[in-house]
Amino acid sequence: MRQTIHKLFWVWNFDKEEKWLNEMAAKGLSLVSVGFCKYEFEDSMPGEYKVCLQLLDKMPHHPESQKYIEFLEATGAEHIGNFTRWAYFRKKSKDGEFELFSDNASRIKYLSGVISFIALITVANCIVGINNVFLAINLSSLVNYLGFINLAIGIWGTFGCIKLLRKRKRMKQEGQLFE
Amino acid sequence: MSNTALTEAVYYILLSLMQPMHGYGIMQNVEQLSNGRVKLAAGTLYGAINTLLEKGWIISLPGEKDSRKKEYQITDQGKQTLETEIIRLRELIENGSRILEVKK
Repeated sequence: MRQTIHKLFWVWNFDKEEKWLNEMAAKGLSLVSVGFCKYEFEDSMPGEYKVCLQLLDKMPHHPESQKYIEFLEATGAEHIGNFTRWAYFRKKSKDGEFELFSDNASRIKYLSGVISFIALITVANCIVGINNVFLAINLSSLVNYLGFINLAIGIWGTFGCIKLLRKRKRMKQEGQLFE
Repeated sequence: MSNTALTEAVYYILLSLMQPMHGYGIMQNVEQLSNGRVKLAAGTLYGAINTLLEKGWIISLPGEKDSRKKEYQITDQGKQTLETEIIRLRELIENGSRILEVKK
């Protein structure tokens, strides 16, 4: 049986999202498709699957991403679906542990990619937001007050970036001691 | 460059590729070589393979178009790197054992 759950995760909380998806899998609900704030599950044996998600370097249909997805599939992972550049995978628990990165250096490199992705959206929203808010004030046009939404996204995104930058700093400190 | 340490992942990937192997084979081989201690994750392995190809320490063997079955092998340059690394590791162990007086 399938069931859909709507849930919002801020993009920088991808760890929490993954944890939640694995808690669902542990309860016997395995992810089968993803959309905007939308997760579809099907019944499985409790703990049958482990779930991982990853921000790809390119859009999922780009040949480079396809090559990567094929590589993961060859290691026993199953590609569930994508939402924008985020790809979701699952693997049977009996086939061993499922993590996409196993050392500090590759985790830091990946996290840096995620930070750039969020920073780009944040900066774009800030620029559009500031621009439109000024226009709104000068022209007192209601439409341009939408700029406040961009600005809000920009501020919220900045908060997210700071959170991830702190996380990266902690990982780098750790990396000075351990691999 | 010659006195820089290799990561554990790169070290074991290069060792595995003394014989031709595909991605999943490398993961299994590394786990076996290290008695289950080192479990390479697929994303880390994929990144490492691409970097090693760029460096010319490994090559991808022609023949297989299907990237799932693509095999890789170490180059002379890769072997040279491994040898340099083994000398470095030996120095670490010898100094450590001598100073801590760890019995063999």
